[in-house]
Amino acid sequence: MKKFLALLLTAVMVFAMAACSAPAADETEPAAESTAAPAEDTSDKPAATGSVYYLNFKPEADAAWQELAKKYTELTGVPVKVVTAASGDYQTTLTSEMDKSEAPTLFQCGNQGALNTWGEYCLDLKDTDFYKEMTTDDFNLFGENGEVLAAGYCYEAFGIIVNKALLEKAGHSIDEITNFETLKAVADDIHARAAELGFDAFSSSGLDGSSSWRFSGHLANMPLFYEFRDDNVTSQPATITGKYLDNYKAIWDLYTTDTATTGADIITATGDMSSGEFKEGKAVFYQNGTWEYAGLVEAGLKPEDLAMIPIYCGVEGEEKAGLCCGTENCWSVNKEASEENIQATLDFMKWVVTSEEGTTMMAEQFGPCPFKSAKTPENVFFAQANDYIAKGNYVVTWAFNYTPAVEDWRAGVVDALSKYVAGGSWDDVKTAFVDGWAAQYAAEHAE
Amino acid sequence: MRFWKRKRDDAALNSILIRRPIQRYFWLFLLPTFAAFCVGFLYPFCKGLFLSFCKFKTTSKWTWVGLTNYAKALADPSFMHAFWYTAIFALVSLIIINILAFAVAYVLTQGIKGSNLFRTVFFMPNLIGGIVLGYIWSMIFDGILTHYGTSILLETKYGFWGLIILMCWQQIGYMMIIYIAGLQSVPEDMIEAAKIDGATKWQTLWRITIPNVMPSITICTFLTLTNSFKLFDQNLALTGGRPFIMQAGGLTVKTTEMLALNIVNSFYSTNVNSRGVGQAKAVLFFILVAAIGLIQLKSTRSKEVQQ
Repeated sequence: MKKFLALLLTAVMVFAMAACSAPAADETEPAAESTAAPAEDTSDKPAATGSVYYLNFKPEADAAWQELAKKYTELTGVPVKVVTAASGDYQTTLTSEMDKSEAPTLFQCGNQGALNTWGEYCLDLKDTDFYKEMTTDDFNLFGENGEVLAAGYCYEAFGIIVNKALLEKAGHSIDEITNFETLKAVADDIHARAAELGFDAFSSSGLDGSSSWRFSGHLANMPLFYEFRDDNVTSQPATITGKYLDNYKAIWDLYTTDTATTGADIITATGDMSSGEFKEGKAVFYQNGTWEYAGLVEAGLKPEDLAMIPIYCGVEGEEKAGLCCGTENCWSVNKEASEENIQATLDFMKWVVTSEEGTTMMAEQFGPCPFKSAKTPENVFFAQANDYIAKGNYVVTWAFNYTPAVEDWRAGVVDALSKYVAGGSWDDVKTAFVDGWAAQYAAEHAE
Repeated sequence: MRFWKRKRDDAALNSILIRRPIQRYFWLFLLPTFAAFCVGFLYPFCKGLFLSFCKFKTTSKWTWVGLTNYAKALADPSFMHAFWYTAIFALVSLIIINILAFAVAYVLTQGIKGSNLFRTVFFMPNLIGGIVLGYIWSMIFDGILTHYGTSILLETKYGFWGLIILMCWQQIGYMMIIYIAGLQSVPEDMIEAAKIDGATKWQTLWRITIPNVMPSITICTFLTLTNSFKLFDQNLALTGGRPFIMQAGGLTVKTTEMLALNIVNSFYSTNVNSRGVGQAKAVLFFILVAAIGLIQLKSTRSKEVQQ
């Protein structure tokens, strides 16, 4: 018996050791290949022999990236590894991945905060073939000396998504809504007759982590945008005044009154619940962005029934507002990576924005992309964003890209909003918004 | 074949001729474990210690800043808050978990029917991971609290007691197993002798049983204390530090944030200058937990009965 036990333990130990060493071997082998091989014959092969490691930040696009990466490897033999960070965990994942010897060669650097942190790792893309494919600098992020540190590879728009069919059923038309008063009138009417109609005005405005960014990020863009527009802000401000916070309160109150989910229930309501309500036809309005389009159509909503209107919050002249257009989807190439890997990455990027497969995927997943050979997306929301621009309406830019210590600032706002919906004071939100900004800015810029 | 046979001979095995080469190569036998120890513990520990004196974004790129990180860590109100919050939490959970675990163990060693089933059921919460537990309990608490128009995320006291309930639910079963083992090893003759001398049940418990299970009490208090100090998953998933208090000047104190979560939050905050501060906090945290553990171990050991 003892012998048998000893044998068993030995077996377990051997397995444990094998299990420990196996993945390590897997990880190091391709690295050895990619770094050793190209040194000899970089000249006669146009494609680099390095490898690409892309740290993606959109879980919803993960499947598409994996497939595209596989296709590229089949075509060129260049290994492309795509890793997707869990929702909301991008900075954490990036921090640990950047430290590895096999660091990402391609990563996201979408706003001022990210650039403050990772700027020194970003390659200047100015003279690359990839950059020559770009049609605009509007969505790019620059270093102090004009280096192109992050290239915006697509842009997005957000606003209030409307189910036009339901709106008509309630006896209203989308043309009625031109500003906050008219939006409120329509929403109030629908909410009052919710029981009879079988649907409510707004889908739930949950403050769970999966949904709160729609309000601490996207909705908060409204007061920030108008304040920055008034003050001609063109770089990250150290303090803000919160001049338009009353408008923020007005629209937030509307969201959380004319809806089926009110009070403390909002605190734990999730993003899935909100999109579920909209998809099932239980709500007419749903604040979100262009990236939702594919999911909505897949859920059975007809493209012709969908529309996106600007977020109206009672600011003067907002009848001329357009959708909120901008991007946080910016690519940066890791300067610290080996030369072959940088080249491989740049080649991959160029292929993504020029090839048939790449442009198709980009148009499907990300909508309009600022590249010469980009395809026009089917997404009706983009068509609307363009319509507003064509009509001469002003574009609401993504003012929140200036937010200092984004995650921390937003967490503070979400906490304050939670207290507010449960009967707390609006002053908490004001403090989190204005004082929070100053404190996070100071912390971020402290030595 | 003859060689193997000879080896079985005890005298031959103890012979210096066999022992000497083995002794000489002791380091070869130590090597695998030692290497694992170095890679998995020693190196990260030393590097961590070193980095607490540095400013860094990624651990491979650092600049030496001396003791600044420690000064900043100690001046951070959120760290001090987390410390006191954790200390109170540790004390309360230590008392409640151990009393309840001992009580359950005591009842289950009285030979009632279905003891084994109860033991299994009480032990089971231990098999669920902390993050999952945190989310499940946050749903349970919120399910109740929303009826009263509030949430566990809104009041510090809900967060505190919520976490206590969660930890009790998870840990009592585990500590119970240790106490049961202790209770079963109390010598029968002692209890019998006490009975003959006319001791009441209560007297037997206090004078005979508890002194005899002192080793179990040592282990359990040690475990609950360090567990509470190191608590992270459950804290993160249950409240994530909420609700916050905005101090004048905009600094946030996360009122239900415990030490470990505070360290992670300051390390991964978007302010990259605070990574070194987070590291310094981690070193302070290590010293604290190690010190508490050692003091506690020493003081309880001295109360143990020598059998």
